[in-house]
Amino acid sequence: MTEKNEHEIDDMDGETGTKKNADTSTIIQYLSFVLGKEEYGVDILRVQEIRSWEPVSRVPNVPFYEKGVVNLRGAIVPIIDLRERFSLSKPEYTPLTVVVVLQTGSGSHTRIMGVVVDSVSDVISIERTDIQSAPDFGTKVSNEFINGLVSVNERMVMLLDVDKLLLLEALEQNDY
Amino acid sequence: MSIDMSQFHQVFFEECFEGLEAMESGLLSLDIGDIDPEAINTIFRAAHSIKGGSGTFGFTVVAEYTHIMETLLDEMRDGRRQVTKQAVDVLLGSVDCLREMLTSIQNEEEVNAQSVAQHQSALEAELNGESSANTQTSAPVMQPSSQAIAPVQAPEDDDDEPEIEEEQGWKISFCPYLNLLKTGNDPVRLFRELSALGQLTSNVNIQDIPPFNELDPEECNISWDLVLVSDATESAVREIFSWVEDDCELELAPLAKPKKKKKPKAAPIVAAPVAAETKEATEPVLVTPPLVVKKAPAESDSSKNAPKASSSIRVDTDKIDTLINMVGEVVITQSMLGLIGENFSMDKVGQLKRGLAQLERHTRDLQQSVMNIRMLPISFVFSRFPRLVHDISTKLNKKITLKLVGENTEVDKAVVELINDPLVHLIRNSLDHGIEMPAERIAAGKPETGTIELKAYHRGGHIVIEIIDDGRGMDKSKLLAKAIEKGLVEESAIMTDKQILELIFMPGFSTAEQLSDISGRGVGMDVVRRNIQSLGGNIDIISELGKGSTIAIHLPLTLAILDGQSVAVGDETYIVPLVSIIESINITEKMLNKVAGKGETFKLRNEYLPIIRMREIFNVKSGAATKPNEGVIVVVEGQGALCGFLVDELLGQQQVVIKSLEANYRRVEGVSGATILGDGSVALILDVPGLVRLSVC
Repeated sequence: MTEKNEHEIDDMDGETGTKKNADTSTIIQYLSFVLGKEEYGVDILRVQEIRSWEPVSRVPNVPFYEKGVVNLRGAIVPIIDLRERFSLSKPEYTPLTVVVVLQTGSGSHTRIMGVVVDSVSDVISIERTDIQSAPDFGTKVSNEFINGLVSVNERMVMLLDVDKLLLLEALEQNDY
Repeated sequence: MSIDMSQFHQVFFEECFEGLEAMESGLLSLDIGDIDPEAINTIFRAAHSIKGGSGTFGFTVVAEYTHIMETLLDEMRDGRRQVTKQAVDVLLGSVDCLREMLTSIQNEEEVNAQSVAQHQSALEAELNGESSANTQTSAPVMQPSSQAIAPVQAPEDDDDEPEIEEEQGWKISFCPYLNLLKTGNDPVRLFRELSALGQLTSNVNIQDIPPFNELDPEECNISWDLVLVSDATESAVREIFSWVEDDCELELAPLAKPKKKKKPKAAPIVAAPVAAETKEATEPVLVTPPLVVKKAPAESDSSKNAPKASSSIRVDTDKIDTLINMVGEVVITQSMLGLIGENFSMDKVGQLKRGLAQLERHTRDLQQSVMNIRMLPISFVFSRFPRLVHDISTKLNKKITLKLVGENTEVDKAVVELINDPLVHLIRNSLDHGIEMPAERIAAGKPETGTIELKAYHRGGHIVIEIIDDGRGMDKSKLLAKAIEKGLVEESAIMTDKQILELIFMPGFSTAEQLSDISGRGVGMDVVRRNIQSLGGNIDIISELGKGSTIAIHLPLTLAILDGQSVAVGDETYIVPLVSIIESINITEKMLNKVAGKGETFKLRNEYLPIIRMREIFNVKSGAATKPNEGVIVVVEGQGALCGFLVDELLGQQQVVIKSLEANYRRVEGVSGATILGDGSVALILDVPGLVRLSVC
């Protein structure tokens, strides 16, 4: 089990590390990860921890990409495979498969969920002004989850809206 | 000295609400005509501490209001005033009003000034109606109307206003006892409050201070002569000192015209209403019809309480002591095991096993006592009902006594919180529909006074709450006719008595010939049943025409732990709540019967039960496929129907801690929650009624 808290993740941060102490109102940090061939990012403040894959307890009669639930220090946490969610790559589960535990909601209504991704790549610091709005096509991920696009070292990173991404799971209960 | 008082607010409110409950139950148990001074004393004390507390925290509205109540109670206590039913009703209304005020303050909302004013004038009418002039029979109290205020207010203003005008200030001699500071009071705070009323000049007497080497810094050796130039009334000034009045000698004299020292209790009686009254007059009066105001307490009880409801719990110190003992034991066992493990050799295996057994025992005890902390006596719920019965029976002109049995039965806090509404509903039903009018009762040869018994006891892992009335009972033929008329059942349907009685739980079913505002909107019983089922309980009804009805609610003792049977389906483990299991049997081929289109049934003794194949309903793909004759049938009861779950294997029984699946995830059909097994993996707990429903549909 590899548990990394936010500080350790920060340590992974290479060249962008110097910018970190700049004005936080304009710079946002994102954790980027890979799904298939595409790179995505989530607001790092939403990331609770990064874990390795461990077997889940299946929950009956839910969509296939909701893999099941695990025991995260006493809390029952659902695990969602984003690769399957967006049909991006074959779901293979090895000890190297990574689960990013994300926090959604605010105040007393926070929920935690684990999402399975191919690999975690980097922490990127982004100027708020560098974020471009997402065009209406081109990705497998439906537009509504995407907050914006940003390019980092010539690579395009899609920034996911965690709340929408995980809220949708709850709304969907009526129509699976 | 600046302490953030708001940190104590929560405790203050809790104490106030407790005090209000004490007052309420005290008032209800007052025997009109034959007064137990101790009972009045209890009520008085509760009012007094609410007044003191609210004064300290600066909730002057509450303090002023309570002061009037206190005055009334004080007269009753001294025997200067008869305790009449009317007075008790007014005081009960005041309790409601206070509760409303405190709830508003707690939720940081505006206090409903008009409602307060109405209750206050009712209270004052009661206070003055008898003490000043007996000729004036107090106007119908509780019914807020301008008539109630007007006649009382007028003479009072005449009496008191001149007094205010000529007294432009107070000379106060404040001589605290030595122990004043030890009671946590600070004179500086008092002075600060005084200076808020007007111009304050103080003169300190320090002649009593002992020589320095004898000086105890915790004693107060100083006294003050204060001059307050203000048009404040005497009661307003005394109010400030109310918190310390037992710890000091206080003399108050008007500045202009020195009067003889008044009797401390007599003065505020006259003065306080004026202070409140004049204040209200200047305030813009909200224009709302009086009816709305009367409803307000009920509304705030149900809806407004919700957002800021306290989630704290009061625990008996004994329980905590037991817990601490237990933790001590666990720590000792742990260190013992640690010692064994440090240099372990095979000959210590016996010792290790003993240690582990001890640890297991301690853990179980610890778990039990932790669970105990959440347990509250059911009286927390029951104690509200005497008031409810009192109010409603008066309104309906029925004579009803409420008998409470087993109030000390303990249940989980969550159950206590959630069972209140269903119980209120059921009791209202009994009051309204169950118990007949006195005349009707006499005609039926029953005692004039009806009885409703509210009974709680433990049975197995359940708590049973029964509501028994000796009223008219339910007319089964009428129920059936009604159900047919409403199209809820087929005319040709053959139904057992039990099934007919259960019709009342159908949505949209109400037999009351006349709708009343107490019950009979036809939305009740199905909601009651749903609420109780959501707590994991069930509700039964027995009724005999002309003799009365009994409604029994079975609820689990706790919502946090359940006894479960773990079963294997493929590679997966599920937990079946033990309470719903009737039996488990290995099935043989000849017990099975195919029913066209509807799956399978099997014959258990003389009954045909439907089979639910867990593997199919949960889409389990792992493990070897099972034929029906290779598994185990777990016979369960859910929704009053028996049903067999076909599983692969029974694994074992254990207590499981229920974890919510919804906290981070969502509700899943057929699953009521999850738990964590010994190996750290998650197992789902089956929702038996849900599954039965799922299979039937």
